[in-house]
Amino acid sequence: MGEMRKMYGRALVELGEENENIVVLDADLSASTKTSMFCAAHGNRFFNAGIAEQNMMGMAAGLAASGKVVFVSTFAVFGTGRAYEITRNLVCGNNLNVKIVCTHAGVSVGEDGATHQSVEDIAIMRAIPNMKVFVAADAAEAYEMVKMAAKIQGPCYVRLTRSTSEDVYNDKADFSLQTSQVLAEGSDISIFACGLMVSRALQAAKELKKENIHAEVINLSQIKPIDKETILKSVKKTNCALACEEHSVIGGMGSALAEVFSRHYPVKMDFLGIEDRFGTSGKASELLEYFSLTTEEIVKRAHRLLER
Amino acid sequence: MYTLQECQRLIRQDIIRMTSAAKSGHPGGSLSAVEILALLYFEIMHIDPTRPKMEDRDKFVLSKGHAAPVLYATLARRGYFDPAELTTLRRLGSRLQGHPDMHSLPGIEIGTGSLGQGISAAVGMALAQKLDSSQRYTYVLTGDGELNEGIVWEAVMAAVHNKLNNLIIFIDENGLQIDGATCDVMNLGDLVKKFEAFGCNTILIEDGHDYERLRSAIASAKTVKDKPSALVCKTVKGKGVSFMENNPAWHGKAPNVEETKQALGELEAYQNG
Ligand SMILES: Cc1ncc(C[n+]2csc(CCOP(=O)(O)OP(=O)(O)O)c2C)c(N)n1
Ligand SMILES: [Mg+2]
Repeated sequence: MGEMRKMYGRALVELGEENENIVVLDADLSASTKTSMFCAAHGNRFFNAGIAEQNMMGMAAGLAASGKVVFVSTFAVFGTGRAYEITRNLVCGNNLNVKIVCTHAGVSVGEDGATHQSVEDIAIMRAIPNMKVFVAADAAEAYEMVKMAAKIQGPCYVRLTRSTSEDVYNDKADFSLQTSQVLAEGSDISIFACGLMVSRALQAAKELKKENIHAEVINLSQIKPIDKETILKSVKKTNCALACEEHSVIGGMGSALAEVFSRHYPVKMDFLGIEDRFGTSGKASELLEYFSLTTEEIVKRAHRLLER
Repeated sequence: MYTLQECQRLIRQDIIRMTSAAKSGHPGGSLSAVEILALLYFEIMHIDPTRPKMEDRDKFVLSKGHAAPVLYATLARRGYFDPAELTTLRRLGSRLQGHPDMHSLPGIEIGTGSLGQGISAAVGMALAQKLDSSQRYTYVLTGDGELNEGIVWEAVMAAVHNKLNNLIIFIDENGLQIDGATCDVMNLGDLVKKFEAFGCNTILIEDGHDYERLRSAIASAKTVKDKPSALVCKTVKGKGVSFMENNPAWHGKAPNVEETKQALGELEAYQNG
């Protein structure tokens, strides 16, 4: 079990040591997003925008246009939602070096409820030209992802969760910009997952194996640009795809996959995600259960898909 | 009906019990707004808890939606629902969502929780009252940190432009937001001057926990005919619980069993004003 947010903070501190040009902005949530760690280490390059996400994004654009590599953080709902049009026009329209790293994505935010649970952030970030979209499956991957974000040119969105995540990678993830990782090989069904659903998909694959069903599990942490080669290779083998994400079934990772499959190699497909509704208050673990974002549901859906 | 003194004690103790039971939530900013809500709901507003959707009622919007506990406790004590339900706060299936939901609980005029949006909606409600030739008022409560949001000032501009004298804005100036003191995170400067410059009838309330000062400011706001009023209330975050007062750590943290006991004990004796 690890905390993505803490690894984000650690990666930021290291990046700050390596590169004088790294600047970090937050919107009065630095203790929660862990940009406070960067503030403690490199206070002169940390700016609290206050509770003003739109202005934070605008300042980030200006800093980036002046040669800085800018990380901006807040909760996913505010970072992608409140600041949306500024991200679209200033940051992406000008293709600037702004890295939007948001924590508290999805329903696993827990007790704060619907207003704070972003279930559409992948969809809206993915739709903007020039934007890259990454979703971390665990703490180790979050760390690699943030390091990668600093290296690439242009804007990107990194999606992290509040709650602790099951470890998918032992200690080191090798996150690559181009290649999605096949975490388990199989020939009967392709299970694509991102975020907290990756560990659940792996668990489901183990369950399915007991019934002699061989599931391939792919961690689709790069939602955009999408690794067409890996995902097509997999479905050409299995001829069926199950997408699992802690996000709306509208416009998220599943939609990104379906866009590729329907153009290049149509396969039967199912989408496990949040069915066009808002979140609610509750404990993170209860909510994942409540929205059927569980290993059992993945197994059930896999069976149904194979029978179809 | 409870006396205002009883109200503040009950509501404060409810806030502690609720957040303690939920093991999460926002006690600090709830405690700083107790008197404002108690006075509005128990004395000022034209409302009927048995008919929460009554036409031609006064409206209240909690723009700082994270202070839901103070609103829920006030509504329950005023008779909108059974106070026994308060300790379901933030549980799966509860009507008492982490942030207010107008479709689950009676008495909530609109869902809030994303800062800055409630005041904008309150301007819309005040406009609707004008369109409907209503004599009623819309009251809205914002945090001071919340004033960082640009939409707040856009809303104030629109309220002044539309001469919404039926809009009364309370600013809970407790001096703290999450990352620290407002003057360190994003300095707000002189709020009275700012609201005045925007064209509001602005009143400074030196002690936002003093019913009498709040009462007379509201009365004076109601004499104004052509502009909205901004009541800048100096308050103490965590008011009434010694270890919570003026401590930003209690913004979004629930008291444990020991702390709950101590807080409830202190509040038993606490007298306001
Ligand atoms: C748009 C938005 N950004 C961030 C948050 C997270 N947040 C919740 S409360 C808060 C601080 C609020 O400070 P203030 O308005 O002073 O409230 P109070 O001190 O009265 O509790 C923040 C940043 C939010 N709810 N909405
Ligand atoms: Mg405050």
